[in-house]
Amino acid sequence: MTFLSYLISGISLGSVYAIIALGYTMVYGISKMLNFAHGDVIMVGAYVCFFATFRWNLPPVAGVLLAMVLCTILGVVIERLAYKPLRSAASLAVLITAIGVSYFLQNAAQLLWTSNPKVFTSVVGNGSVKLFGGQLSISVIAIVTIAACIIIMIALTWFTGMTKMGKAMRACSEDKGAAQLMGISVNFTISVTFAIGSALAAIAGVLLCSAYPTLMPTTGSMPGIKAFTAAVFGGIGSIPGAMIGGILLGLIEIFGKAYISTQLSDAIVFAVLIIVLLVKPTGLLGKQVHEKV
Amino acid sequence: MGRYKRPEIKLVPVPSPNIIPERDVDKFPVLEALNLGIDFGGLTAVEEFNMAIGCTEIAGLIGPNGAGKTTVFNLLTKVYQPTRGTILLNGHDTYNMNTVQVNKAGIARTFQNIRLFSNLSVEDNVKLGMHNHIKYGMWSGILRLPAYRKGEKQAHERALELLSIFDMQDLASQRAGSLPYGAQRKLEIVRALASGPSLLLLDEPAAGMNPSETDELMENIVKVRDAFKIAIMLIEHDMNLVMGICEGICVLNFGKIIAKGTPSQIQNNPEVIEAYLGKKKEN
Amino acid sequence: MKRISKTAHSNLYTYGFVIIAYAVLMLITATGGISSSLKGQLVPICAYVVMAVSLNLTVGVLGELSLGHAGFMSVGAFTGVVACISLEALIPLAPLRMAISMVIGALCAGMAGALIGIPVLRLRGDYLAIVTLAFGEIIKNIINCLYVGTDSRGLHISFLTNSDALNLGEDGRVIIDGPMGISGITKISTFTTGIILILVTLFIVLNLVNSRSGRAIMALRDNRIAAESVGIPVTKYKMMAFVISAALAGAAGTLYAMNYSTIIATKFNFNTSILILVFVVLGGLGNVLGSIIAAAVLTVIPELLREFDDYRMLVYAIVLILVMIATNNAVFKSMLRRVLGKIRPSITKDVKEGP
Repeated sequence: MTFLSYLISGISLGSVYAIIALGYTMVYGISKMLNFAHGDVIMVGAYVCFFATFRWNLPPVAGVLLAMVLCTILGVVIERLAYKPLRSAASLAVLITAIGVSYFLQNAAQLLWTSNPKVFTSVVGNGSVKLFGGQLSISVIAIVTIAACIIIMIALTWFTGMTKMGKAMRACSEDKGAAQLMGISVNFTISVTFAIGSALAAIAGVLLCSAYPTLMPTTGSMPGIKAFTAAVFGGIGSIPGAMIGGILLGLIEIFGKAYISTQLSDAIVFAVLIIVLLVKPTGLLGKQVHEKV
Repeated sequence: MGRYKRPEIKLVPVPSPNIIPERDVDKFPVLEALNLGIDFGGLTAVEEFNMAIGCTEIAGLIGPNGAGKTTVFNLLTKVYQPTRGTILLNGHDTYNMNTVQVNKAGIARTFQNIRLFSNLSVEDNVKLGMHNHIKYGMWSGILRLPAYRKGEKQAHERALELLSIFDMQDLASQRAGSLPYGAQRKLEIVRALASGPSLLLLDEPAAGMNPSETDELMENIVKVRDAFKIAIMLIEHDMNLVMGICEGICVLNFGKIIAKGTPSQIQNNPEVIEAYLGKKKEN
Repeated sequence: MKRISKTAHSNLYTYGFVIIAYAVLMLITATGGISSSLKGQLVPICAYVVMAVSLNLTVGVLGELSLGHAGFMSVGAFTGVVACISLEALIPLAPLRMAISMVIGALCAGMAGALIGIPVLRLRGDYLAIVTLAFGEIIKNIINCLYVGTDSRGLHISFLTNSDALNLGEDGRVIIDGPMGISGITKISTFTTGIILILVTLFIVLNLVNSRSGRAIMALRDNRIAAESVGIPVTKYKMMAFVISAALAGAAGTLYAMNYSTIIATKFNFNTSILILVFVVLGGLGNVLGSIIAAAVLTVIPELLREFDDYRMLVYAIVLILVMIATNNAVFKSMLRRVLGKIRPSITKDVKEGP
């Protein structure tokens, strides 16, 4: 039974990572940049939801929606102001800019909301479902998280595969120049990608803080790095890859904590990542790119 | 010049087919490709590639776009590992060698899309070509030992000497990436020569050059062959150049050799004409 | 010959800059014209300068993005301090003990670099970057679980337990106490030690870059396939750059640690790696003098802005973004070029684009 409960909490944590990793991977796919500020958008989303529900007493659903809307705007604004001027610049320059944005968000949050941790109460309450005569208890938030992850996954697969916008996105990630020649607005498409990624980050932020209820300006950075790892793990740029990578990472982390060592759980996660990359240098589902000679 | 220590010689029992054109059978072949082939996934890109190049021969490899010419170069230099076949370089099997070892064993090449060390100076590009002939190690370099001074001095002089073949010695301190296109192509040749090859592979050396530049290049290729006594194999679409300087020509189409011979034989070969111009309508 | 003398000149400027900066700062310190908080920053600045120059070897000269450079600093810091404490009785002379500790720190970090380099350097681009990040985190995690003590019987090491598991004798002393790190360090780092380490680092890096090996490393950055085609072994030279870079970071780690009485593993986290990377990028990839200036200025500025405590990191972030946009945006760059006339790129120092 303990194994089962670890399994469920692993999948639940992994689902959060997966949702964050989806944002990373979509942005990477289209603009080939590591958006280090993504983790901090999660934090902003969580703060917005916190204030909406606990200070202004809005219903949780409204809080989540508000967080999504504000994060979407934030993501698009960041892209327009900080990343768009660097579209043709070296990838390292964009990376440093993303780090600058990350510092900015963290410090702005610290100024606005202080560095004192806020106690986040789960948006769906602290209830749990008891199974097997109470031997196995699954928290509602875990169920909601896993469900959210599955819904998002299905929606995104449909969106990128079937809709016109989704196809434009895939075209832009293949070849921006060619996409532009086919009449696709590259700028708009990239904005939409950032918008979706940031909205997902808001959801992830709320879910994360519902499960681990301490909210600080630096809350987003470690899950951000982990989710980034998950995206690479699954093959960066690949949507199902981010999903699989996220869930595997959550499982490894929880099982590592439970059965090997709490202190070393992060080291275990990163060690597994390294081993996977040594065997498959572009991640589990990543495309092998051959340089033409 | 300290030579690369060759791996144990592996004698191949297959008698090498006489595929050097009749006129230079007396030349010991520098390179023999026997039944060379490669598959990418299920696709056969090159197959049954047999050819030999005399040790001071200028050979041409021609064929329509996508025929697999560059793939042959990539096989010879082990950028791709051949799926089948044997490559004998100076009689030694290059099986198990990688690109670096193949270069040390004597094949140098240029690239279709120029690949210079574009942020480094022209001189440094040439010095990098002779990397394995400059004899001092990391510590001599860091501690500026006498070996460093001696090695760099020799390298500098040799680099200028090599550059002077193409009359480029005055450009030595320029950034390679800032050179005009034609000069970049020439620099690539100098860099390849600097590694002291016995076989030089040139991938479309005249691409993007105007007729007078091409004429000059033709002269220079012959000059290089005569001065260094090496074999040169080139891929080229400029038929003037190919027919003008190549002694043996090999025509590739759909990954297979369709003709081999002297320029005049190739010019009159019906299969070659068909490959280039298409089939004449029957009737 | 023109170019060789040109690089020799620019190298002389770099050495000269460091020596003059040292002389000026010593003079100001002697006359008491420096605030105590800034004086406390002198050694860390030296350590950061060495970190930036060494990371520049990986990122600027080799062209591979490393996000875990602080990990090597950490290895150097902890092994160096352990060595220093263990050698306290044996070598009473502080500067000599410091020098030996730095060498040990550098050797250990270099070994860590070699160990990590074997798997890491097979990967390319962003995948390599993420693995260096992962290694940085792993090193931090491992040191957090490490317990080391010394007594008359020698060094005792224990992993994942607590300091009691070391079984130290009566005269024993716990050196590394897991997540508590090392405390009670005798601060023997001085500004002069720091400057000497910077000069040694410059000597190694600049001479390496302007030699056969350095050329080969830059060739890998510019065009790996072409480098292979002229017989340059890729792994050997990638490894060379990576290990030297790690070893220098290790020495910097020892220098840094010996300036504080307490040192913990979490100090050398991802954020520190990023901080160093910012120095390198702002100073200019492959530009050693740029790295030195960026490291020094960007360490001093937040210190000077202490009175605006709350806003200083925010300002720092905004400035960072603006500088990156200003130096990399095509439109802005051409505008700048028109203003400044033609800027001629130096030959070996410029990199077309990052990894």
